[in-house]
Amino acid sequence: MLIKRLLLNDRGGAIVLALIALMMIIVPISNLVLPTSSPLHLSTFTVTLLGKFLCYALLALSVDLIWGYCGILSLGQGAFFSLGGYAMGMYLMRQIGARGQYGNPELPDFMVFLNWDHLPWYWLGFDSFGFALLMVVLVPGLLAFVFGWLTFRSRVTGVYFSIITQALTYALMLAFFRNEMGFGGNNGLTDFKDIIGHPISADSTRIALFLCSGAALMIAYIVCRYIVTSRFGRIVISIRDAESRTRFCGYKVESYKLWIFVFSSVLAGIAGALYVPQVGIINPGEFSPLNSIELVVWVATGGRGTLFGAIVGAFTVNYGKTLFTSYSPETWLFALGALFVIVTLVLPKGLVGLFGRVKKSESAHEAIDNENLATPEIGAAKIAEEK
Amino acid sequence: MMTIFISRFLKHFIVASLLICTGVTNSFAQTEEVSATPTDFSGLVLQLATGSLSERAETVKKLAALKDNRSTVIITALEQGNLYFDSITNKVGIKDESGNFSDAITLSAVSSDISNFKKIPVNNSLRNQLRSLLSQLNLSSEDEAIRLSAVKRLLADGLDEDSAVIIEKQSASEKNKTIKSAMTIALALYQLKNTDEKIRIKAVDQLRGSLEPEARSALTETSTTDESEAVRNTAISALKSIENTVTYYRFSESIFFGLSLGSVLLLSAIGLAITFGVMGVINMAHGELMMIGAYTTWVIQQIFPNQIAYSLLIAIPTAFLVAGAVGVVIERGVIRFLYGRPLETLLATFGLSLILQQAARSIFTPLNRAVSLPEWMSGSMVINPVLSITYNRLYILIFGILVFVLLQLILKKTSLGLKVRAVSQNRTMARAVGVRASWVDALTFGLGSGIAGIAGVALSQLTNVGPNLGQAYLIDSFMVVVFGGVGNLWGTLVGAMGLGIINKFLEPYAGAVLAKVLVLVLLILFIQKKPKGMFPQKGRAAAD
Repeated sequence: MLIKRLLLNDRGGAIVLALIALMMIIVPISNLVLPTSSPLHLSTFTVTLLGKFLCYALLALSVDLIWGYCGILSLGQGAFFSLGGYAMGMYLMRQIGARGQYGNPELPDFMVFLNWDHLPWYWLGFDSFGFALLMVVLVPGLLAFVFGWLTFRSRVTGVYFSIITQALTYALMLAFFRNEMGFGGNNGLTDFKDIIGHPISADSTRIALFLCSGAALMIAYIVCRYIVTSRFGRIVISIRDAESRTRFCGYKVESYKLWIFVFSSVLAGIAGALYVPQVGIINPGEFSPLNSIELVVWVATGGRGTLFGAIVGAFTVNYGKTLFTSYSPETWLFALGALFVIVTLVLPKGLVGLFGRVKKSESAHEAIDNENLATPEIGAAKIAEEK
Repeated sequence: MMTIFISRFLKHFIVASLLICTGVTNSFAQTEEVSATPTDFSGLVLQLATGSLSERAETVKKLAALKDNRSTVIITALEQGNLYFDSITNKVGIKDESGNFSDAITLSAVSSDISNFKKIPVNNSLRNQLRSLLSQLNLSSEDEAIRLSAVKRLLADGLDEDSAVIIEKQSASEKNKTIKSAMTIALALYQLKNTDEKIRIKAVDQLRGSLEPEARSALTETSTTDESEAVRNTAISALKSIENTVTYYRFSESIFFGLSLGSVLLLSAIGLAITFGVMGVINMAHGELMMIGAYTTWVIQQIFPNQIAYSLLIAIPTAFLVAGAVGVVIERGVIRFLYGRPLETLLATFGLSLILQQAARSIFTPLNRAVSLPEWMSGSMVINPVLSITYNRLYILIFGILVFVLLQLILKKTSLGLKVRAVSQNRTMARAVGVRASWVDALTFGLGSGIAGIAGVALSQLTNVGPNLGQAYLIDSFMVVVFGGVGNLWGTLVGAMGLGIINKFLEPYAGAVLAKVLVLVLLILFIQKKPKGMFPQKGRAAAD
């Protein structure tokens, strides 16, 4: 029953999950088993790139959960991603030990450089992997909880919320750029050596990280799918379509919004934690408002309110970005900018919607549902008109 | 020492014997004339050039006593090592910055051979004497600016006996208040070293309230090192009163800087207040419209490189038109399809901002361009040693308020303003009574964009013009609009000035970056209390 609810009614999701699973089988074989000379061999660089895309997809999933299903457009999702990344980065920094430039067994290089003589209190405990994992979940979750509690309670909605979240990630970026914060300032955390005892640049570690990312994405997808099909999810959707009405029906809109926001930010934090060991660096640039708004476009491109659309969008846009930046970097921003405009004007349902248009929806009920998903405001208006 | 003496002696000897050998009598006569003590200007100048180092000090004093305007020029040249002597033609020349010589006596340019000019040497003790002599000379100058700068120099160098006497004499007849007070301070500083305790106390009293850094450092020294306790105590109380004044002026300075930052925020937010507040459209490309305005200023300056002062005046309407036109195109091309969908509008306009930024990068290269300031905007107004106000910030403050007033007038007094308000309050009703809503939308958006362009002109006078110019101000401007309340221009004014001042007051304690972070945090907390800003819109328009 649960399986049916989660996957059978969600053909697109099933296809995307199957593709990810297939990729998780093919990629390790191609990278580790096939010889380098074989044309089917995937370089470690490509594996890392795909691993990165998987993390992005997880991040996009977290955005789609709140934007597509709750109508909360957060332009600060990158902040939670970066905080998760920093938590993992701190663990990786502690693993360097005495192998740094200055050979200080206790302090990371940048602290030696700043003439600090002991670890700041917030670095304590990060030498343990378990503690770091806990922080990956706790820090973004806690920030989202405090921030969400403050904003949802005072009924900051719509564009106001978007702007405030953008200010949040901007403020964090400025703060993390400061050397005195103790997070490496401008350079961030980098030069990692190994993760739970395995050298971080080894092929096998890369494959393991890739598999972890894939697994995390699949699990997160199923959990998200479970949430949106549950009773909780239905209320969240009704908040998206008619917030006041849901409130008048007696639901505590703030709590629903708050919990889905916290959950989404935890997902973003996990994505960041998986991302950092693969790219080998985390710096304050990740907090930049541009990153956060870009990932909203991944979701919009893929198709919001579908979950799997976010994954499709993250892969498509990032693949496009890789192509563009290697062939003609100047045109990438033109292309990205045009994508923003085209998707909002012509493709409100995203790429996934494009398929849906070709293949007529199965039931009339779903058609209305999809329409509402694409444009919640109009959806709400329609409900109001029906009344 | 001995060798120098010998070599010099030998030189003189050789020159003398050469002169004797050639038997040129008139040259003899000339040396005779120099060795006698002449009193006229040209004679003194010649003696200055030929006499020994020790004689030079005396000659300079005589030269100064002549009260000839030319003496100041010569003494200045001598002090700076620009006075040259040609021993063959017996000419004294002054070298200017570009290396050309002019005759010291006639002050006309020397066109003949200059290869024989040799620098007239000065040593440190002579240089000090020259400096105090110069200030004394300048003190009695007719020109007030010269007198003031002379007093200032004496203040910094400290007085000696001679100059103290002169200053005392001059200050009695001085009419200009600034110069007179500076003289009093210089004198008081000199008297602080007096052996008489009473004079010292009197001097301390005179220094009370002075903001000159020299006065403060001298008082600090006196308050700890003076042997008399009475003097020390007076000095401490004087210092305290000075500190209070300084704090007061620092406070005024912070207010000014805050208002200045506020005026920049106002200029950048006011256009946004129209598009966001009146029309409910989130325009993420607003910063790029400012960038367009700034680049317009730069381009116009490139077209009229010699008319910087006027090019700015041309740039203001041009930037308005260019940015406004881009705004209308954006509205007609993108935004009108997205009315009622604010989140989509946000994304689409953000895409436009990326395109505009990249376009600027492709057209103007990613390098920052410097726009030069017209003369009337550069420099600063010095109110006292602690407080000075830069003209460009002052003018931008005035300009910001002007734009604000103009915009209020447009919205309140013109037919366009009436229609804009009508459409923003009730679109359907406005259309029912015959307002062309779509046309009003385009014009309103154009107006907001045009004002962003004007803000860009102002910004170009403060920072370099680059593709990222607008981006830096976008979040701040949104903060202002959110803080002030949507749909209310007064809210924008108060919000901008308030945020500017808060920022500048936090900066000394927290540093620029942390101040910004704190302001953002404070704003988030503020929204808890007043979710719709300081001046929320009331009535039907508020419900969306």
